[in-house]
Amino acid sequence: MTKTIDAVQDQFETFQILSEDGEVVNESAMPELSDEQLQELMRRMVYTRIWDQRAISLNRQGRLGFYAPVAGQEASMLGSQFALDKEDWILPGYRDIPQIVFHGFPLYQAFLWSRGHFQGGQIPEGVNILMPQIIIGAQIIQAAGVGLGLKKKGKKNICITYTGDGGASQGDFYEGLNFAGAYAANTVFVVQNNRFAISVPVEKQSAAKTIAQKAVAAGIEGIQVDGMDVLAVYAATQQARERAIAGEGPTLIETLTYRYGPHTMAGDDPTRYRTKDLDSEWEKKDPLVRFRKFLEKKNLWSEEQENKVVDEAKEDIKASIKKADGAPKQKVTDLINFMFEELPYNLREQLEEYTAKESK
Amino acid sequence: MAQMTMIQAITDAMRNELKNNEDVVVFGEDVGQNGGVFRATEGLQKEFGEERVFDTPLAESGIGGLAIGLGLTGFRPVMEIQFFGFVFEVFDSVAAQMARMRYRSGGVYNSPVTIRSPFGGGVKTPELHADSLEGLMYQTPGIKVVIPSTPYDAKGLLISAIRDNDPVVYLEHMKLYRSFRGEVPEEEYTIELGKADVKREGKDVSIITYGAMVHASLKAADELEKDGISAEVIDLMTISPLDIDTIIASVEKTGRAIVVQEAQKQAGIGAFVVAEINDRAILNLEAPVLRVTAPDTVFPYASAEDVWIPDHRDIVEKAKKVYNF
Repeated sequence: MTKTIDAVQDQFETFQILSEDGEVVNESAMPELSDEQLQELMRRMVYTRIWDQRAISLNRQGRLGFYAPVAGQEASMLGSQFALDKEDWILPGYRDIPQIVFHGFPLYQAFLWSRGHFQGGQIPEGVNILMPQIIIGAQIIQAAGVGLGLKKKGKKNICITYTGDGGASQGDFYEGLNFAGAYAANTVFVVQNNRFAISVPVEKQSAAKTIAQKAVAAGIEGIQVDGMDVLAVYAATQQARERAIAGEGPTLIETLTYRYGPHTMAGDDPTRYRTKDLDSEWEKKDPLVRFRKFLEKKNLWSEEQENKVVDEAKEDIKASIKKADGAPKQKVTDLINFMFEELPYNLREQLEEYTAKESK
Repeated sequence: MAQMTMIQAITDAMRNELKNNEDVVVFGEDVGQNGGVFRATEGLQKEFGEERVFDTPLAESGIGGLAIGLGLTGFRPVMEIQFFGFVFEVFDSVAAQMARMRYRSGGVYNSPVTIRSPFGGGVKTPELHADSLEGLMYQTPGIKVVIPSTPYDAKGLLISAIRDNDPVVYLEHMKLYRSFRGEVPEEEYTIELGKADVKREGKDVSIITYGAMVHASLKAADELEKDGISAEVIDLMTISPLDIDTIIASVEKTGRAIVVQEAQKQAGIGAFVVAEINDRAILNLEAPVLRVTAPDTVFPYASAEDVWIPDHRDIVEKAKKVYNF
């Protein structure tokens, strides 16, 4: 028995292109990206790191609501999103805000979503994303449905969905993989394994050595990727995307990553469950440091460029917060109107009641 | 006009909508080749192909997620939960996802999903097949709940449910599937959701009910007539939202009402109907509004169904109590 499991697990080696020093260790797997595209990837990661720092401080000032920090996971998030076509769908979890912003969701709306304002859920037309999912795993079965819908409509597009290592323990995780496999749906599942589901370490989530190998049970492709290596994440996602639109079925991508910060800004204290040693071990793998070294060797990145992105990010955030501040005060009547296409009697009566109350 | 059983009327409604709109897709466990465990989808896969009518893996939660995803990509999903007792497995998709899609997206997205499912007792199923769980759906903002009691109503209501742009839970009482035939037009027609039907007019007492209990109530009304009591029987047809106008107009006329449901007293919608009558017509009442329900146990084992499920005698008794108050 054990031999069977070992034989499966041993096939899931971590796919890597850049070493921690920014050296190319897997030349044949290098994706075809122009210099401008490489620079854009770096720009997005730097931008997101600054945004994360600002979001944490805005949350502490009470100017932002719910926020799940992303530092450490930039390569996993942005490398995978970079492989998408504009028409592809993203079904995000609540931490996956950078992907949807770079897919076209305005930053000020991300801030409104964080504040719990209804305009934060009003996805603009032509931006194929769902609102960030709160229930762990619910998006995974929905992604099987979106992927099947795209396939049935004959679209050369995919649906990508994100969850974490904890999400891979949900029944919906397996159901989503299994449904997508059974229908060869245009779906790519990304598990960002940041090693902790709030406080519970990944070793306690499952007896499986990798999450990627869970693909085997569903009869779909699975790959484990160095999630701190943006080129590896990009290449793996691009291949999974091509397979899906060629009708070859879905792929499960596990990215090995780490969140430097707390689970969310709502009182989580990572020192209760993580050691400093583990933190510094992962900081050595930092996706920005690694990619910066790679780009510097190619003369594609400088301190000047970096500072420009930092300034740009700060300006954008300032302007976006200002725009979010300008959103109208929420009314009960706004919410009532979004319950049904046509309001039933009880809501019609309540609309009247609250219209009177709120016009006082 | 054709004579159909309720299940034939349900199949006919789906056939109509599959023909009418190429984005309608029908799926669930065993609905394809097998035509459904009750044969509700009999012949549909053969007629419309596997792309439109298809089997799913055996996982209710996955079916719910599939419906949401297909809805987002332009389809009009008609999903089957094989027995409504299995709804707990898919409750997140129904109550936390579809029901909130429009709200959560500030009106940008919707879930035009129809969830068909057999429910209700009296056919001796194993546990967790027959349960009356419609009250859970009633308590969930964002979904409509439809329960037909005749073949005619079943067809018109299902066509409306499929065309509705919000999620509709459409519950089919198993005992009514083949227990009688009724006239059903072959052409298409719709019955507006949220409207009740006065199945029998009367002036002394209103019997407000739905599902299989409509038939027990009609039988009770016949009995009451022999004793000189004229009962009005209101079939709610849609239990969420309620047709409050029809309920109140009837109570204003009769001054007396009972609410009849197969569900337990703490379940179903009886308590909500009583509360609405108190809110809106208490000064018209000549007597308290009473309820005929099953007791507050879990849905019973098959051999105990007959003593557990209310029948026309229970309805006659409560109606007389209200009449003689």
